[in-house]
Amino acid sequence: MNKLVNWVDERLPIVDAWNKHLAKYYAPKNFNFWYFFGSLAMLVLVNQLVTGIWLTMSYNPSAEGAFASVEYIMRDVEWGWLLRYLHSTGASAFFVVVYLHMFRGLMYGSYQKPRELIWIFGMLIYLVLMAEAFMGYLLPWGQMSYWGAQVIVNLFGAIPVIGEDLSLWIRGDYLISGITLNRFFALHVVALPIVLLGLVVLHILALHEVGSNNPDGIDIKKNKDENGIPKDGIPFHPYYSVHDLMGVGVFFFIFFIVVFYFPEMGGLFLEKPNFEPANNLKTPEHIAPVWYFTPFYAMLRAVTVDLFGLDAKFWGVVVMGAAIAILFVLPWLDKSPVRSIRYKGWLSKIALAIFVVSFVVLGYLGIVPATEGRTIAAQILTVLYFLYFILMPFYTRMEKTKPVPERVTG
Amino acid sequence: MRTLIFGLFIAILPALGLAAAPGGPLDTMKPDHTNKESLQSGAALFTNYCMGCHSMEYARYKRVSDDLEIPVELFEENLIFTGAKIGELMKISMSKDMAAGWFGAPPPDLTLVTRVRGESWVYSYLRGFYKDDSRPLGVNNVVFDNVGMPHVMVEMQGLCAVEPKIGVGASVEPLSGNINNSDVCPEYAIEGSMSSADFDRAMWDLTNFMSYMGDPVKVERERLGIFVLIFVAIFFIFAYLLNREYWKDVH
Repeated sequence: MNKLVNWVDERLPIVDAWNKHLAKYYAPKNFNFWYFFGSLAMLVLVNQLVTGIWLTMSYNPSAEGAFASVEYIMRDVEWGWLLRYLHSTGASAFFVVVYLHMFRGLMYGSYQKPRELIWIFGMLIYLVLMAEAFMGYLLPWGQMSYWGAQVIVNLFGAIPVIGEDLSLWIRGDYLISGITLNRFFALHVVALPIVLLGLVVLHILALHEVGSNNPDGIDIKKNKDENGIPKDGIPFHPYYSVHDLMGVGVFFFIFFIVVFYFPEMGGLFLEKPNFEPANNLKTPEHIAPVWYFTPFYAMLRAVTVDLFGLDAKFWGVVVMGAAIAILFVLPWLDKSPVRSIRYKGWLSKIALAIFVVSFVVLGYLGIVPATEGRTIAAQILTVLYFLYFILMPFYTRMEKTKPVPERVTG
Repeated sequence: MRTLIFGLFIAILPALGLAAAPGGPLDTMKPDHTNKESLQSGAALFTNYCMGCHSMEYARYKRVSDDLEIPVELFEENLIFTGAKIGELMKISMSKDMAAGWFGAPPPDLTLVTRVRGESWVYSYLRGFYKDDSRPLGVNNVVFDNVGMPHVMVEMQGLCAVEPKIGVGASVEPLSGNINNSDVCPEYAIEGSMSSADFDRAMWDLTNFMSYMGDPVKVERERLGIFVLIFVAIFFIFAYLLNREYWKDVH
């Protein structure tokens, strides 16, 4: 075994890579609950890839056959129902862990210098993940697949001058059709997963270059022992690999409860109208995207005024795009001398709390049908969402921070 | 621990969103896919009364025969009317184009209807027909206004002269077989062959069968889930002990 390792190592630096990324990658030893979600996101990614490959073997990417082939998978393919539920539940689980992972970053200032690139790669992953989920949702060719895609692609039509041609170009047809289905299938199973994997590699390489942040937001590399090893660091493998294994256990327990007992999650993970085949002559009463898009969908609907001679819908799209785009510049908005929320002032704490509440409530408002009162609520919450970012340079500078300890506090 | 509970709370937040169902009040129907007798009776009702117009084209006869423990010969003799082989999909003879010409819209495939509308809706709908001379077929339905379907079960239920009271708590208890508040119709325009209690039971069986057809693997899935969860729990214990062993010397 050793000989084989040596033989390969002389030709490919596997020992080096193992050490750099696992055995001698020193992570802060005070990781808490919030540090499980990075590795869990990887786990879900693997789940999506493996189940996705097997689903592709029996799926028929055509307008005529897609819906029936999904039911064929659910009924006639051995373990097909399990593959499909693992994949559909995995999609939602992916967003759950990614949102928690991002929240961790917000809380502990993991985006701050020198981790700006990690944050940006992470945001790109989030963006690609949204595209991946959106295109995947068309594939079962149910009513909500169809009309959801119709609504989202039509958004591009709101862009002045080029809008109509752009949405036509995306669809490849005048309405969502088998042509759209085929191209979404190609993007969902080939193009986007490749991009996603590439970004994940960049995300981790950038992380391992500068090292992990921690709940105290302390730079552990400042305090090294005589061997040049951070005093507050601990090798990722085996310490965090066994630690994450525990997280995997808890995650799987919850995940499998959903897969085996609540695969539809009351219509949130698999929407009820999607059990009816796509019908371009019958618009569902209430079109709602899947839950992980609903905060942005609520922002889109919240914009109701025409401005500068442009449609409210266009400004809605702008707001929605800005809500995601603004996350990219977060590292340059935070002017605080400290990273972690533990040592930031109460202004930052309140701002983060308001941000989380507005995001979650917007998510709820995006699911339910709009009423006048709800639209006003969504408008207020959208403003609050943006204020978290826009005011950040001010409140992070103004507030009094607590002194940061020299060593991690556990 | 506090952060753990908070995190779990965030994780299940999406589940708290959806509860409301559209439309008027419904009688609650909780299916029981382990009740083979009920499923068999539902299968007989479906193939006899519904399958003239409604297909279940994503499912196969053989699966039904296996799951419901109906012998193949018996099944072919009594429950297949199209001459289809037992391994075939449950299609119907009527073409969709023709049906669209006759009825305005083709009668929908019903394989997944309980997953679209829910069991309670189907159960209420089946019992919700009443006489309405303003409609082309002379009937209307309390949970589906201006329904395009005739009252197929009229010979059993009879035809209610006024709107039946749906959503006032009629229920069938699957274990005891007790039927509560089945008198949904105060006055009949046509008398049926069944008592209202018997008809409720029959429609409960039919809905139960349709629910099974929408999710045929449910019983097996929920049975397997236990083993998977036990496995994961044991896995967690070992992962926990391993983690404790590694971390015990770290300060």
